[in-house]
Amino acid sequence: MCLAIPGQINGLHENAGVPMAKIDFGGITREACMSYLPDAIIGDYVLVHVGFAISKLDAEEAARTYQYLSEMDQLSELDDGEEETGHEVP
Amino acid sequence: MKYLDEYRDQQVARKLADEIQRAATRRWVLMEVCGGQTHSIVKYGLDALLPENVELVHGPGCPVCVTSLEMIDRAHAIARRPDVIFCSFGDMLRVPGSNADLFKIKAEGANVRVVYSPLDCLKIARANPDKQVVFFAIGFETTAPANAMVVWQAREQGIQNFSVLVSHVLVPPAVTAILDAPDNRVQAFLGPGHVCAIAGWTEYEPIVGRYRVPIVITGFEPIDILQGVLMAVRQLEQGRAELENAYARAVRREGNPAAQQMIDRVFRVCDRAWRGIGIIPRSGFALTDEFQQYDAGQIFGVETIQSVEPAICISGQVLRGLKKPHDCPAFGKQCTPETPLGATMVSAEGACAAYYNYGRHLVAAESLVTRA
Ligand code: SF4
Repeated sequence: MCLAIPGQINGLHENAGVPMAKIDFGGITREACMSYLPDAIIGDYVLVHVGFAISKLDAEEAARTYQYLSEMDQLSELDDGEEETGHEVP
Repeated sequence: MKYLDEYRDQQVARKLADEIQRAATRRWVLMEVCGGQTHSIVKYGLDALLPENVELVHGPGCPVCVTSLEMIDRAHAIARRPDVIFCSFGDMLRVPGSNADLFKIKAEGANVRVVYSPLDCLKIARANPDKQVVFFAIGFETTAPANAMVVWQAREQGIQNFSVLVSHVLVPPAVTAILDAPDNRVQAFLGPGHVCAIAGWTEYEPIVGRYRVPIVITGFEPIDILQGVLMAVRQLEQGRAELENAYARAVRREGNPAAQQMIDRVFRVCDRAWRGIGIIPRSGFALTDEFQQYDAGQIFGVETIQSVEPAICISGQVLRGLKKPHDCPAFGKQCTPETPLGATMVSAEGACAAYYNYGRHLVAAESLVTRA
């Protein structure tokens, strides 16, 4: 029910006075209401829930988390000598 | 898809699971609050990846599951009226009321429509001026801004034939109710990421302090959930009780101020009955006086409808983390997703349905990538 899906804004417009966006979800485009993210711009990634963009995804924070995860990876490798997993940092 | 695939990386998931195993030296019971998290945990078999001494119990965080039986019965009474087009999110359609569900009512001729966004209801209202369009406004804080906006816009756009049956629920009072229960087992919470994307986490800080319970705001992908578990286990092991954020890419402390403002304009906090649990004080939203004219409960006079829940269903205990679905005598027998007795068997996010759909004993870590 609280499912919110990440998508990328690829167009902004208005509908009956309500700010709307076209959001690309990996190839599928749907409309979402932008009233709650007035500062979002084309190219931003946002979380969309029941047709409303509710949160901007923060690339820096995402990279920070991934940095942390990959460091943990290396620590584990020192521990048990496993191979490099080789995932990409976004 | 960016922001999805990298959070389903099987290798990282295994590393995190190893790390949790290393970190956990004692028995810990964690509750994931949100049904979306329950769904991911069961779908990807994340609990099977965890060491035996770290137990996840599933929380009350599925609004479909906790909408009270009488609210469902009231919705059905309205939906049955010939002058009404009844709009709902799809997952409410199969929720059993006392004697039917919305699918059955629709099959009997009622005009029941599934909407993707609450704003769709306004289009339907404009296209059907001779009908009353009623929207079943359920959800947690995540959905409240959307449901508030449809009421606000109805007034802005002067739409007269539209109203809402509001059954909103709030997470912090439910967390408090779980912690207050004398038989509570939960030692730490994975906080509901999308609820906090709207509401922020300031309301959880006093809970952390008062109950000395770690709360880690957590996302919904496998890596998010395992990271939340790791952070919570580390807190428990170190004797800390803090509010931490494992979903920093989406959640900030203050939440979404624009959304909160709209909620405050349209809704006020009220006592709310939760299915299987009972009334939790100040745990819901109702329309403010200013928007009473949009209250479908009053318009259609259904507020006197009272209902009694089936005795066999233990969903109340499942929702509070006291029992697992397979502890229920009806699980998989009288009660299946095709013939649900309780709402936790209906929604894909309900713990009973999640257990049933993913054949609880078959899930393996291998499912991580293949089912992603
Ligand atoms: S299995 Fe069915 S009857 Fe049992 S607790 Fe779950 S919903 Fe209720």
